[in-house]
Amino acid sequence: MSDPTARPEQAFVLELQDVAKSFGAVAALRSGTLRVAPGSIHALVGENGAGKSTLVKIVAGVHRRDAGVFEFQGKAVDFSSTAESKSAGVAVIYQEPTLFPDLSVAENIFMGRQPLGAARRIDRARMYAESEALFERLGVVLDPRRPARGLSIADQQIIEIAKAISLDAALLIMDEPTAALSGVEVDRLFAVARSLRDEGRGLVFISHRFEEVFDLCDTVTVMRDGSYVSTQQIAETSVDKLVAEMVGREVTELFPKTPAEIGEVVLDVADLNTAGVFHDVSFQVRAGEIVGLAGLVGAGRSEIARAVFGVDSYDSGTVTMNGHRIAPRNPRAAIRAGIAFVPEDRRKQGLVTEASVARNIAAVIRRGLTTAGLLTTRAENRAAGPWAAKLEVKTSALDMHAATMSGGNQQKVVIAKWLATDPKLLIIDEPTRGIDVGTKSEVHRLLSDLAGQGLAILMISSELPEVLGMADRVLVVHEGRITAELDRAEANPENIMRAATNADPAHQAAVQSDEEVPA
Amino acid sequence: MSTLTPESTSDSPSVARTYAAFSRPMWQRVIFSREFAVIALLIAAVVYSRSEVAYFDGPQTMYYLFRDTASVLLLALPMTAIIITGEIDLSVASTVGLTSVAFGMLYDDAGLSATTAALIAIGIGVLCGAFNGFLIAYVGLPSIAVTIGTLALFRGIAAGLLGTESRTDFPEAWTDWAKERIFEDQPYPMILIPFAVLAIVFTLLIHFSPFGRGIFEIGQNDEAAHFTGVNVARTKAILFVLSGAVAGFVGIYTTLVTGVARAENSTGLELSVIAAVLLGGVSIFGGKGALHGVLAGVLLIGVIQRAMLLNGETINVINIVIGVLLVLSVMSTSLLAAARRVVEASRGARSSGRSSHSAGKRSLS
Repeated sequence: MSDPTARPEQAFVLELQDVAKSFGAVAALRSGTLRVAPGSIHALVGENGAGKSTLVKIVAGVHRRDAGVFEFQGKAVDFSSTAESKSAGVAVIYQEPTLFPDLSVAENIFMGRQPLGAARRIDRARMYAESEALFERLGVVLDPRRPARGLSIADQQIIEIAKAISLDAALLIMDEPTAALSGVEVDRLFAVARSLRDEGRGLVFISHRFEEVFDLCDTVTVMRDGSYVSTQQIAETSVDKLVAEMVGREVTELFPKTPAEIGEVVLDVADLNTAGVFHDVSFQVRAGEIVGLAGLVGAGRSEIARAVFGVDSYDSGTVTMNGHRIAPRNPRAAIRAGIAFVPEDRRKQGLVTEASVARNIAAVIRRGLTTAGLLTTRAENRAAGPWAAKLEVKTSALDMHAATMSGGNQQKVVIAKWLATDPKLLIIDEPTRGIDVGTKSEVHRLLSDLAGQGLAILMISSELPEVLGMADRVLVVHEGRITAELDRAEANPENIMRAATNADPAHQAAVQSDEEVPA
Repeated sequence: MSTLTPESTSDSPSVARTYAAFSRPMWQRVIFSREFAVIALLIAAVVYSRSEVAYFDGPQTMYYLFRDTASVLLLALPMTAIIITGEIDLSVASTVGLTSVAFGMLYDDAGLSATTAALIAIGIGVLCGAFNGFLIAYVGLPSIAVTIGTLALFRGIAAGLLGTESRTDFPEAWTDWAKERIFEDQPYPMILIPFAVLAIVFTLLIHFSPFGRGIFEIGQNDEAAHFTGVNVARTKAILFVLSGAVAGFVGIYTTLVTGVARAENSTGLELSVIAAVLLGGVSIFGGKGALHGVLAGVLLIGVIQRAMLLNGETINVINIVIGVLLVLSVMSTSLLAAARRVVEASRGARSSGRSSHSAGKRSLS
C-alpha cells in the first residue's frame, strides 16, 4: 500500500484526490490527496501552513472545496456543514475540545440527542448508563455525572471520542491531540485509538511529534505548501526521510545546543511553596546555562515559572535575581530585575493577537520609548523593526495584527518582545509547541546562541528530545516537587521519565533528603 | 545582543531585513476607518442642516448645541477609556447628581466659598470613582453590576441629602461664566475651554502614552497584558477615579448652567454618553476605539437632535431616529470587522505564503 493507487479495489473510508481550496487570492490547499483505509491509523504530517488544517476542515464540513474528488465511504460527498459531516460519520477531535463546562460529562456526550423517556423528558439514567458503557468500551475511568469543568484536556478529548463512537463515526480525525497531554495520557489515548482501529474505523492522526507517529500509525501522508508529497507505510520510512519531505531539505540537527561558558548564579529560587501546587522548590540558574524543567503536564512546572516571574503569587520562599530579592506577585519588578517570560499559551498569554506586530514587540519596553512622556507609533516601529528583523519574523508590515500569523511566527514575536528588554534570565515555557520543524530549529539555535552570550535560560518542555538536546542540566518535577536533578551527561529518557512518573520511590526519597540539607 | 541572528541565515546573503511600517497607505488608513465614517456623517449632517433646516444657521443654535452637549462630551472622555478596557461605568450621571447636590449644599447651606465647595464636590466625585474602581479592579466584581448598584446608591444619597428640594443661589460670576461665550459674536460657550484641555489630556493619555497602550491591551487580552507587566487592576482603578472626577466637574457645570442643584440633575445621562461612545466606534467588548470618533459621535447625535427639534419633530420621533442610527452603527461595526478580517486574512496568508516561498528558495541556494 506504499502506493495508494496500486490497489484500486481497496475500499477507502475517506478518499481525497487533488482537492483545492483558496481564500480570496490565497491558495491554502493546492492538491490535497489523502486515502484512509478502514482499520488503519493514518498520520498526516507537514509544517504549519502545509494545508493540513484546511484539508481537515473540508472533511469536517467547515469549508467547501473548490476542486477535486471527495469521497466518503465510497460515495461522492460535498459537506456544506459540520452537522452534515457528523451525521455522515466524520468526527474531528481537536487539540483543545470545546465542551459545555457546566454540563455533566454525559450531557456533553449526548448534547442535542439526549435519550428521551416518558413524556419526552430526558432519561438521565439511560444517559449515564450509556456513557458508562462507552467509557468501559474505551477502557477509561470517568464519572459521567461530574461537570466537564475542571477536567483535564486528555479527559475532554476522551469525551469527544466517546461522543464520536456513540455516533458510530467511521472516520476519526485527531488534530494534534497529544500537544497538551502528559506521557501517561498519551498512552491511554493511543490505547483507545488502537482499539478503534481494531473495530475497523479509519483514523487520521495529525502530530508534530515523530515518535508518536511511528509508535501509533501504520501509514503516513506528507504535505508541503498545500500539496500532497507522499504516502508511505510507516515501516518503510524514517524520521529523517519524513522531515526531509516536509521541509523539502535536509534538517541535519534539530537540537544544536553548543557548550557555553557557565558563569555566576543569576536566578536563585529558595523553598518556594504554594499549597497544593508546588512544594519546597529550590534551584539555581547560572549565566550561560540552559536549565530544563522536565516532567508531566500538570506536574507544576508552569506554575513554578509563573510564580518566579510574579504573575501568580506564592505562599512562602524567595526568588533572588543577581543577589536582589524580587517582590512576589509583581511582574514589573521581575522585568526590572531582568527576567523575561515567554509563557506557555502564546495566543492567550504571550501576545495580544489583535494588536500589531510592532506594538507587541514594543509592549514591555514602551516606557523607555517615550519623548516627554508621550509614546508614538513611530517610536514603537523604530524599536520593534530591528527585533523583528533579527528574529526573521515573516510579516508584510509592522502594523499587521499578530492574529494572522502562523504559530512559529507568533512565537518569534513573543521572543522578540522579551529579548528587546535585554534580559538576564529568560524563562521559556514550551518554546516550540505547535511550531513547524523549520522554525523549531531556528528557535533552538537562537536559545543556544543566547546562552552562548551569557543569558541564563530556564526552559520548560514536554518534549524529551528537546530537553535532552538543549539543557545543560535537567530538573524533573513530579507533583509539584523537584524529584531529580540530572547533568547533561547523565540525563536520558529513562531516568527523566522515571523521576517524572515517580516510578522509583527510593530515588525520589534520596533526592528529597538531599534537598533538605540547606545549601 | 547584536549577534542574535541565527546561524541558519549565515549561509544565505543575509541582508538585515527592514519592514514597512504600515501595510496600507496613510489615506487608506484614514478613510477606511470607523472614526472617519462618523466624522463624515457629522459633516454631512451639519451641511444638510445648515441648508435645509430653518434657523439651524441662526446665532443661538450652535451655542446651545455646544452648551447642552458639553456634559456628554466631557463624560465621554473617561467613558471611552473605560469601555476600551472592556468595562463600563453606568454610575456617572448619578455621580453628577450627587456632586451637584453637594456643591449646592456646601455653598448655600454650609456657607463655604464657591471654590472650596467646587473642590470638595470634585473630591466627592473622585471618591465615588474610587469606590467603583476598588470593587471592580481589586475585588474583581463585574463593572456592569457594580455601577448599576452605585447608579442607584449615589442618586439615592443625593436624594437623601436634599430630598425634593433644590438650591438655586450661586455666585453670579460663576453662573455667568457657565453661560458666557468665548468670543462675543461666536457660538462657542466657555465650557469648551476646559473641555478642550481635558480632551487633549485624554487624547494623550489614551493614544500617546504607555498607560494608554495598556488600556487597549487590557480590552483586547487582559491576561496577556498581565503577563507583559501591565498593572491591570491599577489601570482600571485609575480610569474609574478619572471618571468620577470628570463627573464631579460636570456636576458643578450642570448646576451652574441650569442654575439649580437638585438630586435629579442629569438623570439618565449615562445612557446618552454610552450611546455616543458606541456610535463613535468604540467596541462594547473593549480593545477598539478612538477618541476623535467618539467626540464626532457626541456631536452627531447633538446635531441630529437639534435639527429635528427645529424641524418641529417631537422628542419621540427624535429618539426613534437616534435609536435606529445607534443600532445601525453597532451592526456596521461587526460588518466592517468581518469584512476587514476577510481582507486581512487573505492579505496575511498571501504575504506569509510569499515569504515562505522565498525562504524555500533561499535554503535551496
